[in-house]
Amino acid sequence: MRTAFIRTLSALAEKDKNVWLVTGDLGFSVFENFIRRFPKQYLNVGVAEQNLIGVSAGLALSGKRPFAYSISTFASMRAYEQIRNDLCYQDLPVAIIAGGSSFSYSTFGCTHFPMEDFAIMRALPNMTVISPGDPLEVEALLKGMNKLRGPSYMRIAKKGEPTVHTTKSSIALGKVALLESGEDAAIIATGRILPSAQMAAEILKGRGIRASVVSCHTLKPLDARGLLAALKGKKVIATCEEHHEIGGLGGAVSELIAKNGITSRFLSIAIPDEFPSGVGSQEYFLERYHLTPEGISRKVEKAFRAK
Amino acid sequence: MHKSKPDIEQLKKTALAARKMLIRIASKSHSPHIGSSLSHIDITTALYSAILNVTPKTARDPCRDRFILSKGHAALGYYCVLALHGFISQKELERYGKNDTKLAGHPVLGTAKGIEATSGALGHGLAMALGLALAGKRDGLSAKYVVLVSDGECDEGSTWEAILLAGHLGLDNLTVIVDYNKIQSFGRVEEVLDLEPFADKWEASRWAVASLDGHDFAELLPALSSLPLRKGKPTVIIAHTIKGKGVPIMENKLEWHYRDVRPEDLEETLAQVY
Repeated sequence: MRTAFIRTLSALAEKDKNVWLVTGDLGFSVFENFIRRFPKQYLNVGVAEQNLIGVSAGLALSGKRPFAYSISTFASMRAYEQIRNDLCYQDLPVAIIAGGSSFSYSTFGCTHFPMEDFAIMRALPNMTVISPGDPLEVEALLKGMNKLRGPSYMRIAKKGEPTVHTTKSSIALGKVALLESGEDAAIIATGRILPSAQMAAEILKGRGIRASVVSCHTLKPLDARGLLAALKGKKVIATCEEHHEIGGLGGAVSELIAKNGITSRFLSIAIPDEFPSGVGSQEYFLERYHLTPEGISRKVEKAFRAK
Repeated sequence: MHKSKPDIEQLKKTALAARKMLIRIASKSHSPHIGSSLSHIDITTALYSAILNVTPKTARDPCRDRFILSKGHAALGYYCVLALHGFISQKELERYGKNDTKLAGHPVLGTAKGIEATSGALGHGLAMALGLALAGKRDGLSAKYVVLVSDGECDEGSTWEAILLAGHLGLDNLTVIVDYNKIQSFGRVEEVLDLEPFADKWEASRWAVASLDGHDFAELLPALSSLPLRKGKPTVIIAHTIKGKGVPIMENKLEWHYRDVRPEDLEETLAQVY
């Protein structure tokens, strides 16, 4: 996804000299070509996330369109007040690009595990919150972010994630994308867990359960109409995300279904309210929290068959 | 966008009018932070009367000079200076603090001409001014970017992040004025978190430094007219000021960060203003 990000940003920067890349001293082996091609549209502020956001706000006040990059935890939390006041309150078109999904840095410890960022970004007025599920979503949604008049936040993974979509045409900022149709259950996924959700639906099919798969890459504004259409009549609704169960996709969807009187069985497959202990691979943590094809399908099947 | 340079007596008159306006409107709106406003009025008067290439008519011109009041709690004094220079109508200022009005207790972008950024949380203005200045530099503009910070907000780490970067980039179109009135919200600066040796810290961060009396137009005007102080370096003007300046009962008094002027004391207070 990170490669898709820089490739797409380079194309945007080539067309529009107001497109800038601003980094908090990260991007080794990824940004070098951009820096060489667009030196006047690039800034490294150093290890200073508050300044990353504040300076980006100043650039936006001058008519620039900065894409501000850091690791997800630092990008979302270290400068939260700058994001709130400088970007959201002033409603400036700064796009925050947050590198790393919850377990991208799986051996680094929880300082590097973004698990709250969707919740805190969703809480901000004027903020658009995006979590692409594959490189095609990164490309399409980044182009969408570049057209926004206000601030946005995109969390991308960085380990060469597979492509899920077969075409870009079904990907639009603010709209869910239906990847599979099934009448029994709906699996809604956001972020790099998307291919696992799709594989979970395959497994379920083999067990006689027909599940829809929905990519909800835009967490805010939530595509209420698209989601409600996809959820209608399903016995089980499951959300899957690399995020705490508080305030992320599960929170957003549960708010939506509660408001709309939907009484399907609801499952939030997410990280519980804890700092994951121990060290291991990305897969090790994903398995622990049932965020694998097997884990998702097992949970959905159990809910489906429960009396 | 050239301004005819007013003489010092004219600047004094404008600053006096701003102080009286501030006291009157603060009293009727029960507003705090009067001391903080009084300490910057001479500086902001000098800027808007004689230094900044911006007028109400050019307030959206991309080539204009830009000013950010980073110490946003001193907004009311700033609004008075903006009103005296035609950016805010007197009528709007008179309604300050009333229901269904625009001007907040801290400046908010888009609520009045002349307000270039939202402030209120300390330590935000300098980074935004830096972004503006860098964009101006790369776009080849000759504009100046001036930001007024308080001494208290030099406690903020975010202020120092921006100080380091501006020095590193050598942004000589960027000027910081420190309203160094030596009193922050809970005590004297030297007791709470001493900034000294203050000038040395800026110099070590590659800034050109001038220290002057922030209430003396004979010192302010030459310094502000010769920006940058050094080519290739951002400028900081450490303006030694007095919190509550111009109202004897308020001068150098911490409590005038918080108190308002009771209506029954207004006439007597106004009579003191100098």
